[in-house]
Amino acid sequence: MATHQRGRLPSGAQLSAPGVRRRGVLAAAGALAATGTVPARAQTPTIRLGVLTDMSGTYRDPTGPGSVACTQQAAAEMASRGLSVEVLQADHQNKPDVGANIARQWYDQGVDAVVDVPTSSVALAINGIAREKNKVFLNSGAATSDLTGPACSPNTVHFTYDTYMLAKSTGAALAKAGGDTWFFVTADYAFGHALQRDTARFVEAAGGKVLGAARYPFPATTDFSAFLVQAQSSRAKVLGLANAGTDTATCIKQAREFGLTRNMRIAGLLMSFMEVHSLGLPTAQGLLMTEPFYWDLNDRTRAFSERVRPRMPGQAMPAQVQAGCYGVAMHYLKAVADMGVAAAKADGRAAVARMKAMPTDDDAFGQGRIREDGRKIHPSYLFEVKAPGESRGQWDYLKVVATTPAEEAFRPMAEGGCPLVRS
Amino acid sequence: MEDLFGIPAPLLFGQVLLGLINGAFYAMLSLGLAVIFGLLNIVNMAHGALFMMGAFVAWLLLDKLGLGYWWALLLSPFIVGAFGVLLEKLFISRLYKLDHLYGLLLTFGLALVIEGVFRNEFGSSGLPYRIPPELSGSWDLDFMFLPIYRAWVVIFALVACLATWLVIEKTRLGAYLRAATENAPLVQAFGVNVPRMVTLTYGAGVALAALGGVLAAPIYSVNPQMGSNLIIVVFAVVVIGGMGSILGAVLTGFGLGIVEGMTKVFYPEASATVIFVIMVIVLLARPAGLFGRA
Repeated sequence: MATHQRGRLPSGAQLSAPGVRRRGVLAAAGALAATGTVPARAQTPTIRLGVLTDMSGTYRDPTGPGSVACTQQAAAEMASRGLSVEVLQADHQNKPDVGANIARQWYDQGVDAVVDVPTSSVALAINGIAREKNKVFLNSGAATSDLTGPACSPNTVHFTYDTYMLAKSTGAALAKAGGDTWFFVTADYAFGHALQRDTARFVEAAGGKVLGAARYPFPATTDFSAFLVQAQSSRAKVLGLANAGTDTATCIKQAREFGLTRNMRIAGLLMSFMEVHSLGLPTAQGLLMTEPFYWDLNDRTRAFSERVRPRMPGQAMPAQVQAGCYGVAMHYLKAVADMGVAAAKADGRAAVARMKAMPTDDDAFGQGRIREDGRKIHPSYLFEVKAPGESRGQWDYLKVVATTPAEEAFRPMAEGGCPLVRS
Repeated sequence: MEDLFGIPAPLLFGQVLLGLINGAFYAMLSLGLAVIFGLLNIVNMAHGALFMMGAFVAWLLLDKLGLGYWWALLLSPFIVGAFGVLLEKLFISRLYKLDHLYGLLLTFGLALVIEGVFRNEFGSSGLPYRIPPELSGSWDLDFMFLPIYRAWVVIFALVACLATWLVIEKTRLGAYLRAATENAPLVQAFGVNVPRMVTLTYGAGVALAALGGVLAAPIYSVNPQMGSNLIIVVFAVVVIGGMGSILGAVLTGFGLGIVEGMTKVFYPEASATVIFVIMVIVLLARPAGLFGRA
C-alpha cells in the first residue's frame, strides 16, 4: 500500500490515496485547497506523482478522474514491490496559466513528476517548467507532436500518442481509400493546429489536397453548424475534425444532422471510445479512429482493464490516455526503483535518462521503448466503430482494421527537429 | 455563382439562417433573464445551469421512464421550474434587500454546485439524445440542407418569445407584474400577493431556460458544461439589449446570433469575441442598452 505524509498542497490540488475511490473534484473559480492526513512511514523517501488533468471540462471523461485512478493503480502495483508512492491530483481547467501555477508549486513542494496533462497548450507550459526545475514530466494526454519536436526536453516523456501518429494512421488510411480532398474543422490552439498540420502533410503526400479549414475558438464554441456548412460547400470528400472530447462528439452529431455524411467521410482525428460511448453506436457506427490502446485488444489489455475498473469513475473501461498514465507511471517507478529513490528525486533528467535506457513493458501497451527525443514507441491501431448489431456488450465498440508497427507509427527522429537528437 | 463580399451568396444565406437558429437560443435564455431581472432585480447566474438541467431532465425522462421528446417539452419546464421555485424560496428570497452583487454571487455559486453535481453523476462527455422521428430529416434549400429540427427550434422559440411578451404586455397578470416592478408596496396594498407573484415569476423564467434546454438536447450533446458555455454570451445579449427589456432581449438575441454567424464565415477565430466587442461599444454609446430606458 502506498504511504502518504502530511503536507500542505497548492490551491487546486487534492491528495488522494491508491485504493480510495475519489469522486471528481469540483472546479470552483479559484479551486479548492485541501490537506490530506494519512499515516506516515518514515525511513524510505516517498516518490510524489502529481496528476494534473482536466477534472471539469470537455476532456474530463477520457482523462480526468480516470487518469488519477490509473496512476493510483501503477502506484499501488509498485508499492507492493516496496516503493513508497504518493499520488496528488489537480484540475488545470484547460488553462495554461492555472496549470503552470499548480505545477510550479508542486515541483517546489517536493512533487517529483507531473503526470498526464491533456491540452497541448498547458502541456507545453509545463514542459518548460519541468526542464527549468530539473523535475520529470510524464505526459500522456497532450497530443502536440512538438513535445518531441522543437520543444523536446530531457525531462519529458511523451507516452500515449501524438498528432503525427494519429494523422499518419487515420489520415493516410482515408487518403488511400479515395479521400483525396479534405476540409478541416480545427480547435484554435496548439493542439488543433498541430493535428491539422500533421494530417495535411499525409494527405498531400498521398496526392490529396486540403480545400480549406475553419478554426473555431476553443473552448468557447458550442455550435459547429456554421463550420460544417462551410465544409459542405467546399465539396471536399473528407471532413477532418482536428479537435477532441465533447467538441468532436458534437461535430459528428451535427454533421449527421446537416447531411454531411451523405457525400463526405468524417475523420475524427483524435477520438477515444469515450466519445463513441457518448454518441451511441447508431450515430458513431462506421467512423474510423486511431488509438494505441483499447481495453479489448488482447489478454493483457483485458487483464489490466479489469484490474483498474474498480477504481474508475462509474467502473468505466479505461481510455487510451488513462491507460497511458498507468503505463508511463509504471515505467517511471520501475526506473526509480532501478536507480534508487534518492537519486531519482535529486535529478529529474537522470530519471528520464534511465527511463530511456530501460525497455518498457506493461499490460496496457506491451513491450516498447522510449526514444532519445522522449517519444514512447508502440504500435498504433486503426479502428472502425461497430454497427449496433455487431456490439456484444456495453463497452464493445471497436474493431481493429489496420495496425501500424511501432517503428513506423511515429515521426522519425530526424524529421522532428528535436535539439536533443542533433547534439 | 454570385459572390457577396467575396463569399458565395448561397453560403452567406446559409450562415444567416444558422445565425438565426443560434439566436433563437440566445433569445429564449435572455428573455428568461430579462424577466427575472426586471421583476426580482436578480442577476441570475444560475440560468445556464438550469438550461442544462432542462436538457438532463429530458434525457432522464427518456432513459428512466421511456417518455420521449414531446413529453419532455411539456414536463421538463415544469420540473425544473418547480426546482426554481424551491431555489427562490430557500435562497434567493433572502437577498432582495441587499445589493445586486449578493444575488449574482449566490446564483453563481448555485450554478457551480448544480454543474458539479451533474458532472460527478454523469461525467463530461455528454449523453446521446436523438432528434424525434417526426422532426428528423432535412430540407434541401438549394443553398444548404436545413435540418427540419432546426427550423422547428426557430419557430418554437419565436412562438415562446411572442407568448411571453403578450402575457407581460397585454394581460392583467402582466399588468400586475409590471406594476410590481415599479412599486411593489403599492401593488401589495391593492391585495395582490406580491411575494408569491415574484416566486412564480422566477419559476417561469427558469421554466423558459429549461424549455431552451429541451430544445437544445437533440442538437448539442447533453453535458454539464452546455449551459456555462452559453450563459456568458447570453448575459452580453441582455446587457446589449438593455437589462430588463423583454423586447430588447428577444430582438438582440436573434440579431447577435446573425452577427456571430457572419463572423464565423469571415473570421471564425473571432466568433467567440465579437459579441463582447459589440457589448463594449454599446456600453460606451448607450450605457442602458439598445432598448433600455436610461
